[in-house]
Parts: sequence; structure tokens; C-alpha cells
Amino acid sequence: MSETFTIGISDMKVVKSTDSLVTYALGSCVGICLYDPVMKIGGLGHIMLPIYPVNNPKENLMRFADTCIPEMLSQMEKLGCNRRRITAKIAGGAKMFEVADDSSFGNIGQRNVAEVKNTLNRLQIRLCAEDTGLNYGRTVYFYTEDGRMVVKSFSNGIKTY
Amino acid sequence: MMSIQRLEQLNEMHIDVLKEIGNIGAGNAATSLSKMLDTEVNMTTPVVKILDITDAANLLGGPENVVIGILSKLGGDIEGIMMFIIEQEFAKSVLTSLLGVQEVSCDRLTDMELSAISEIGNIMIAAYTGSIGTLSGMNLKTTVPAITVDMVGAILSVPAIEMGSVSDKIIFIEDDFLSGKDDVTANMLLVPSIESLNRLMEKLGIQL
Repeated sequence: MSETFTIGISDMKVVKSTDSLVTYALGSCVGICLYDPVMKIGGLGHIMLPIYPVNNPKENLMRFADTCIPEMLSQMEKLGCNRRRITAKIAGGAKMFEVADDSSFGNIGQRNVAEVKNTLNRLQIRLCAEDTGLNYGRTVYFYTEDGRMVVKSFSNGIKTY
Repeated sequence: MMSIQRLEQLNEMHIDVLKEIGNIGAGNAATSLSKMLDTEVNMTTPVVKILDITDAANLLGGPENVVIGILSKLGGDIEGIMMFIIEQEFAKSVLTSLLGVQEVSCDRLTDMELSAISEIGNIMIAAYTGSIGTLSGMNLKTTVPAITVDMVGAILSVPAIEMGSVSDKIIFIEDDFLSGKDDVTANMLLVPSIESLNRLMEKLGIQL
């Protein structure tokens, strides 16, 4: 029996083949899909902010790019995945509002994407697809059967990666 | 003196104060809307909730429900973000009264329509910031509102993230406006910086 799991905000889950994952309505948040095509194991994380605040050690690891991705990778490796085979697909990081006279407002999406890429690079995980930036929200479906990432939006239809 | 570190620490007394802000704000808003739409607009007592982004999204029809979000940054004595969320139905009825438009498609709003809706948002936001100012004697500034039409989940996460919030909580003020046959729910979101929130409560004479 295959199941679909919903990933909330600041949440992450790793599942095995035939199960699928979804996270709804990413704005400036970023959805990160990691996939091992041999084991057919995949994970999806939904981060809100780039960097874990070291001065607040009780924070949720899944809220931040630089802690969520290593945690996802570690869970996948425990299930037998090999880091060298794992690839990443990411979506989100939009700038939802354009505030007049404040061009830096909403740049958090861009910073989230940058830190996700930085962390992937540090962990030597190859980024093979991205649907990021611009100014609209995205829902991300991730299928561990074949590693497909499907991105759905209100104004820009459905795209498959 | 103790101070609030996270929104979830707000107690009954704090919520009552926010309710009073909501009350006066909604009163102001009803008056402005009556003038603008040239029809009688009444409002019910507001409900104030401290909600998770996820719960707020569910309350507004689920994360993928498409709504219109109007956002203004607060400055002056209070740093923060105020956001007004309008359901598509409300937008349609407002545009019909204001511009006489019959067919409104929210995924293809014209510049004229967007600007009319922004103006409504502006009025609503000014009504609530005005009530904060009246009650606290604080001086609030707002930016020209920014507007977007998109999935409510994507819109809701913006204020908390922008304020670098340590939690996913937002102050949610829900008001029902009644105009003729229409019953419209207006949803106002307030996300102050924690320092500003403490300052506001102090100005209002609330022991923290």
C-alpha cells in the first residue's frame, strides 16, 4: 500500500518507494527533495529560514536550511542510502510582496535558496532541478517511486521536474 | 519586569487588550467602508486568536485556497507587519460596488481592480493602526500597501518570516462585516516585533 504524507511548515520526512510526499503553498519557504534512485528512498523538508540560531539551542532543526538538510541526509543514510547517489530538487523561495520604497523586503526567499544551495554543496549533494524565486506560491509533490518533483502554482500551472 | 519572549506567552488579559484594539479598529473600518461603498456596513465583535500559520491557513479554507493579501509594514513606535486578507468573493462584491464591474476573475485582475482592492486594504489597515494609536498614544507609520493574489498558505508565512519570528504564531483578528445580504469576514493579521509588542502592552498599562 502506498501512502501520501503531508509535510507541514518546519517539518521533514523520509519515506520509501511507492510512498509520496507533499508540502502545500510554499511562499518564501523552500521545499527540498532528496532522492536515492537505487534504494528508491526520498525525503522532503520544508524550511522557513536559512540559518539555525546558535544562541537559541531549543529551536526546531527542520525550520532552518543548514540543519534540516543534514538531518534528512542522516536519516536516509541510516536506511542504507549512499550519499554519492543522492540528488536534490528544490522549489520555493519566492518574493510574495513587493513593498514600495523597501526593495530588501521579501529577500528572505532568495536567502533561503542561497543557503539551501550552500548546504547541498557543503554536503556534496548534486542539485539537479530547481523551480525557485519569482513572485508566486508553490505546492510541491515528490514521488519516491521515480524521484519526480511536481510543482503546482495558482498562476503558473503545473511543472514536472 | 518580565517581558514576553514569544507570542504564545500572551495571556487572557493581553488578548482582551488586543480584542479592544480589534473592536475599535473594526468600528473605524466599518465607518470607512460605509462611506466608500455608500451603503450601511455593520460589524460583529471581533475574535482574536493567537494561531499557528498552519491553523490560520486551515481557518481560511486550507493552504491552497486562493485569496488576496494586502500587506503593509509598520514603522514609528511599532515595528511589524499588518496584513489584511480578503476572500475572492469579498473582492468581487467590492469591485462590483466600486467600479460597477460584473465579471471579475481573480487570476487576471486589471490594474484598476488591483488598485481599488489595495485602497480597501489601505483603509482597513489604517483603521486598525489608528485604533492602536488611539488606545496607546503611540505613533504608527505604515508603508503603501503591497498586494498579491495567491495561495493563502504562501501569503500567511510572510509576516512571521519577515519579522524573524522565533515561532510560527501570528495574532489573528477576525471580524464579520454585515452589509445588506452580504456577510463578509475580514481577517487582519498583526505581527509585531517582540520588543514592539512589549512596548505596546506597557503603554496600555498591562503588567507583563
